Amino acid sequence: MASNIQAGAAAHDELDVVDKPEGPVAAAIIAGGVGSLAVGLLTTLAEASTSIKDTLNFYDPVGPLSGKTIGGVLIWLVSWVVLHMVYRDKAFETRRALTVALVLIGLGILGTFPIFFQAFAPAE
Amino acid sequence: MSLSNREMWTLIHGMVLGAVFLLGFAGGLEGLYSLRPQLLSAEGVRDRSRRLKLGVVTMAVAAWGTVITGTWIVYPWYRDPGPESPRSVLLANPDLADWHHFGMEWKEHVAWISPILATVVAFIVIYYGPSLIRHDRVRKTALLLFVLSFGLAAIAGLFGALITKAAPLV
Repeated sequence: MASNIQAGAAAHDELDVVDKPEGPVAAAIIAGGVGSLAVGLLTTLAEASTSIKDTLNFYDPVGPLSGKTIGGVLIWLVSWVVLHMVYRDKAFETRRALTVALVLIGLGILGTFPIFFQAFAPAE
Repeated sequence: MSLSNREMWTLIHGMVLGAVFLLGFAGGLEGLYSLRPQLLSAEGVRDRSRRLKLGVVTMAVAAWGTVITGTWIVYPWYRDPGPESPRSVLLANPDLADWHHFGMEWKEHVAWISPILATVVAFIVIYYGPSLIRHDRVRKTALLLFVLSFGLAAIAGLFGALITKAAPLV
């Protein structure tokens, strides 16, 4: 076992690859969280407001889901580009990025959970 | 022994892309889990890295394909206002209505988080390539996001299968 560990340590020194900063990875991870939050937020906002629901109805056969998904993806991509520009040369710790992203992803999932978002529906 | 256009697209959405997604997940999971210096030679790392890229990119592409076909092709048939659409059938029966109010409402939204996370993992793997083996914390982060992406897709897939059983799209 010890020889395997030594061989492995030596092996990845032999890889001869240029190492890269963690900034772009951290940007992608946080942007993933932002995209998840955007999907959840748009889902809840569409339930809470009829005018937002109507605005998100980009394509009648799909209904407001068309705007929620296109909006969520656009917000994700724009946030990724912006975060990438900010962090591309920086040594941003991935652990911090993951913590932020997990909170955002959790909120995003909550926003898509019917029992949660249906609680914001206007009283009939 | 023939399939209608709607059945064909339902099959592509749920079974074909679902199977590719599962294959990509299996390959990516194994690749991410085993990309550890004590397990691989330098040549092994390069080889594993190629297969890992293939696995995670396959899963991301399949995830996007699944949500795009589901939302833009199959979903309009599901929510058709006519009395025979799955949505109308479910809402007409109080015993089945929760399949729409809870199952479909969750599935159609939460599924979109899966390809976003799968793409983040694909980016990480492509960005680092073989040198991902030097970043154990990043590898573990990618592993977690990869499993999360799969879990969210599994929720959507499970509800999709159960809803189709309760009110098939014909």
